[in-house]
Amino acid sequence: MGTPTPKPEPVFNETPLVLQARSGDLAAFSKLVEKYEGKIFRLARHITNNQEDAEDILQETFLKAYEHLDAFQGNSKFYTWIVRIAVNESLMKLRKRKSDRSVSLDEQIDTGEDVIAREIAVWEDNPEDRYSQQELREILDEAIASLPPIFRSVFVLRDIEELSSEETAQMLDLTVPAVKSRLLRARLKLREKLTRFFKRKGDDIFDYL
Amino acid sequence: MEELGAYLDDQTAPEVRLELEQHLSECPNCWVISDTTKKTIKVYKGMDPYPIPPELHNKLLSALTRITPRQTGLGPGIGTRPKH
Repeated sequence: MGTPTPKPEPVFNETPLVLQARSGDLAAFSKLVEKYEGKIFRLARHITNNQEDAEDILQETFLKAYEHLDAFQGNSKFYTWIVRIAVNESLMKLRKRKSDRSVSLDEQIDTGEDVIAREIAVWEDNPEDRYSQQELREILDEAIASLPPIFRSVFVLRDIEELSSEETAQMLDLTVPAVKSRLLRARLKLREKLTRFFKRKGDDIFDYL
Repeated sequence: MEELGAYLDDQTAPEVRLELEQHLSECPNCWVISDTTKKTIKVYKGMDPYPIPPELHNKLLSALTRITPRQTGLGPGIGTRPKH
C-alpha cells in the first residue's frame, strides 16, 4: 500500500523497440532507423569522404544490425552498437580504396608543430551565424574532408558523435593517448581551416608569431 | 600541447587549469588559439545530421523487408545473463 510507482525515465528508452525488432517487428526497427539514420549517414560520409560509399554504409549498417540483433547484448547503448558497425563498414571502404588512392589509416602522422597556429585571428562570438545552414554545412564538411582519414575519424567519433576516448580507441584500434593526440591535432587543423571564414571582420591576422 | 587537449575537454587538474588560465589571460596568441578551438568544437557539435533523401530512406526500408532477424535463441538477451 502506498508503494510509490517508479518515475518514468525521461530519456528515450529504446530497449522495448529493440526487443520488438528482435522478434521480427520491422515497424519497431523502422523507428530506430528513423531516429539514427541521419547520424549514421553523416558519420559514414565524413569518414569515407564519399557520397556513394556513405549510402552503401547506411544500408549495410542497418541491414546487419537488423539481421544480427540477437548479438546485441544490451550492455552498451544501441546507438553505440550501430556506430561500431558503421565504423567497421567505413574502414573497410577506405581500405578497399587504398589501392587506387593514397588513403591509409596507418599513415605516418607528422609530429612537428608546424601545422599548428599559422593563423591567429579573433573570431566572432557566434561565427556560425554569419552563414546559412547550407553554407555552414559546406564550410564545415570541406574542412573535415581536408583532414587525413585517421584525424577525420577520431574527430567525428569524439566531437560529433560524442563518444568517449575509450570507445573511439576501441573502434579505431588505437590507444587512448593516440586518440587524444590525434583529436587535438584534428581540432587545431580544423580551427586553422575555419579561421578565414569565422574571423572577426576588419581584424587583420596578427603576424607577430 | 597535451594540456591544451585536456583543458578543452575539461579534464585538467584544478591547479594546472589555474596555471593555464593565468597564461591564457596574459598571452594573446594562446588565448586566441584556445578560444577559436573551443568555438570550432562548438560549431561542429551544433550541426544537425544530414537530412536523408527520401529515396535513400525508402530503399533502406524496402531492403529491410527482405531480412529476417536471426533467432538463435542461444545468444544472451538484453537483461539476461550470458551463458557460460
